Amino acid sequence: MEDLSYSAILGRMIFQFWPVWLALVLTYAVSITFKRRLGLYGKLFDSPVGMIGFGIVMFWVFTALLADYIVTFDPYAVFSGMKNKPLGTALAGATEGQYSHFLLGGDALARDVFSRMVMGARSVLAIAPAATAFAFMVGITLGLPAGYFGGRLDTGLSFLANLVLAFPVILLFYLLVTPEIVEHKILFFGAFLTTEEQLACKAAHEAGTAGLSCFGLSIPTMMAALLFIFPVIFVVVLLNARFFTDPKKRNLYVGLVVVFGLWAYSGLAFNADPSGELLTSLAQTFPSAAEFLGVETPIRDIWAMEPNLLNVFVSVVFVNAPTVFRIVRGIVMDLKSRDYVAAGQTRGEGSWYIMLWEILPNARGPLIVDFCLRIGYTTILLGTLGFFGLGVAPDSPDWGSTIDEGRKTLTLFPHAALAPALALMSLVLGLNLLADGLREESLRD
Amino acid sequence: MLIFIARRLGLMVLTAFVLTFVVFYLTNLPPNLEKLARSEGSVRMSDEAVAQWIIDNGHGGSVLGRYGQWLGVVPGWQNVDEKGVPRGRCFAAGTDPAAAPRYCGVLQGNWGYSTFFRGPVLQNLGEKLAATGWLMLWVMIVMVPTSLVIGVVSGMREGSRTDRVLSTFSIATTATPEYVSGVILVALLASPVTGLSPLLADWGWIDGKVLFQGAASPDKITFWSFTLPVLTIALYGIGYIARMTRASMTEVMTAQYIRTARLKGVSFGQVVMKHALRNALIAPFTVIMLQFPWLLNGVVIVETLFNYKGFGWTLVQAAGNNDINLLLGCSVVAVFVVLVTQLISDIGYVFLNPRIRLS
Repeated sequence: MEDLSYSAILGRMIFQFWPVWLALVLTYAVSITFKRRLGLYGKLFDSPVGMIGFGIVMFWVFTALLADYIVTFDPYAVFSGMKNKPLGTALAGATEGQYSHFLLGGDALARDVFSRMVMGARSVLAIAPAATAFAFMVGITLGLPAGYFGGRLDTGLSFLANLVLAFPVILLFYLLVTPEIVEHKILFFGAFLTTEEQLACKAAHEAGTAGLSCFGLSIPTMMAALLFIFPVIFVVVLLNARFFTDPKKRNLYVGLVVVFGLWAYSGLAFNADPSGELLTSLAQTFPSAAEFLGVETPIRDIWAMEPNLLNVFVSVVFVNAPTVFRIVRGIVMDLKSRDYVAAGQTRGEGSWYIMLWEILPNARGPLIVDFCLRIGYTTILLGTLGFFGLGVAPDSPDWGSTIDEGRKTLTLFPHAALAPALALMSLVLGLNLLADGLREESLRD
Repeated sequence: MLIFIARRLGLMVLTAFVLTFVVFYLTNLPPNLEKLARSEGSVRMSDEAVAQWIIDNGHGGSVLGRYGQWLGVVPGWQNVDEKGVPRGRCFAAGTDPAAAPRYCGVLQGNWGYSTFFRGPVLQNLGEKLAATGWLMLWVMIVMVPTSLVIGVVSGMREGSRTDRVLSTFSIATTATPEYVSGVILVALLASPVTGLSPLLADWGWIDGKVLFQGAASPDKITFWSFTLPVLTIALYGIGYIARMTRASMTEVMTAQYIRTARLKGVSFGQVVMKHALRNALIAPFTVIMLQFPWLLNGVVIVETLFNYKGFGWTLVQAAGNNDINLLLGCSVVAVFVVLVTQLISDIGYVFLNPRIRLS
């Protein structure tokens, strides 16, 4: 089998992405046809900058979703003789049904760079938007009252936000995202206990004789417990403020949110989601039904996060939330002197109703723009984490970790680091352009 | 004004204490101490021996007390180990404890002993900071004028073709974090197999194999070794500051007094230079100052990538080698830089913008 020329590599790569092109064409066709009915999203298609940005972002989103159909090899598999091979090298000893070439060459461990780059999109896009959304929930829930009420609450929260912002990000990551932190339990009844007592408790934990006085949680779990409750609070307050005049509806909605939210909360923060065990025992009680449905036991929990992933996720949310808080606070302070707020107050609306249903919708423009920018920033942060080897898993294909692996052989075999670097840059660029397009369009109305 | 500065200073000191305590707490967690014991003592120590080592070396007791000792407001620890040798924070093992000072912390100038450098933290950190200082100086020399010129030129005629081109460039650089632009620049300019270098070497235009060096050292600052690291850090900042300058410039250019000046017949160049520039540069000043903390990030990434032995490299080594004292020293410096730049930006903003009245 011959090695490929650059034009052949490009052609094959474009072909390999066919599901993405199809999805993109469909999205654009539908969106442009109905753009007048789609509000701000539809207006995006009036601005060329926004359209280009949206295209790049959706390219990576579809790549992440359809990665299984795009990859040419298993991103974790090692192929002998393919170490550091240049672009378009034919796979030595390819068998029937296997893809014939390493399109973007092989990395230092003889894995396919192209497949790792494609799979990397999935691991980046699985974390960045979700982490940004959590940071927004935290920032909005705290920023609204701080800006609206002002006073002591504002002073205290602003001090805390500035405290986090004054912390150099990399130092924070180095302190928080380490295996020791994940394992160590901060004692609940004595975070300031002496070293001797903490060591005794650790020995007790290992021996399985730890009592209530040695009860503790790891720092990531504590931070998750603190940060993940905000989305639940946010939605509950949102619905309560809207429907509290109609108790029947209110009880139904709030109840559903509380049950569902706390279920997800228990799983994500404490890894205590009972669904896995319940479903497994259910499947074991009715083996024939389980066989009919094709489920395998044990069934995994629906809401669960690996400790390392949780740690990365929580750290990123923690770094982003104070900035969102400051933005929201600033907007609210500006908007609260508007007439519609005074009108709401005169009508006798509650503070939370005014904040969430009068001020927040009017602040949506800058917030949506910042959301796009912040996903890009979060992607950069995740890349930074990977670059310092603090990523989700050592051999994970996410772009930061791959750049970190590739930089060791950077001057001789740059392709292994260049592919994920360009991928990351294009995604962030797309998000920035999208934010610019949205800003232009939202300023127009 | 004085009250304002005093209040800011007070808040700053409080922030510094809280942040250093957080770093102290996190670096002095029992698992970190155990790791330290195994690396300093012996890897094959039993759990009991590890616990004993921790106590013998003054890491026992409450974390608040140890933080006080590190600060220098609580008397340093003293004890006698199992061999009967007196040991303590403020004197070397084996010397007379009575002759040693009672307090020895950061406030007394004792930043502790670095297990990574095998020497005092303060002295090593000082050298590394000087190395980073040179890097930052060149970054500032490149970054600030470039970004201001780009911002002013694109902002003075909003929507023109120059504006479009420069704005696209700014957006592209803000989308390129240091570890990406560094990789691209090295592949393009400092690799013997790809990019420009093999071409230039073929034509005989350069002597060595590569155009620019892919590594830098503080001992030998040359154009060829410093260009890539400086460019890598500066690029990200350029885009950001240029966008801020552009936004502030476009706002100023639509102001009434600019129109008045134009209508009076002042030339466009004069209006920009004499009337617009001062007001347009107030906002970028704050942004440049607040860029420092982010530059700190850039410095850590670039020094790791180019193996430049400065402050950022030290921070990575301290964290990677579990060097508690060195990491604490690094964090004190980092927190200090962040807080001082915040203060300067606040005060400078008030000075530059006479419309702000402090009450």
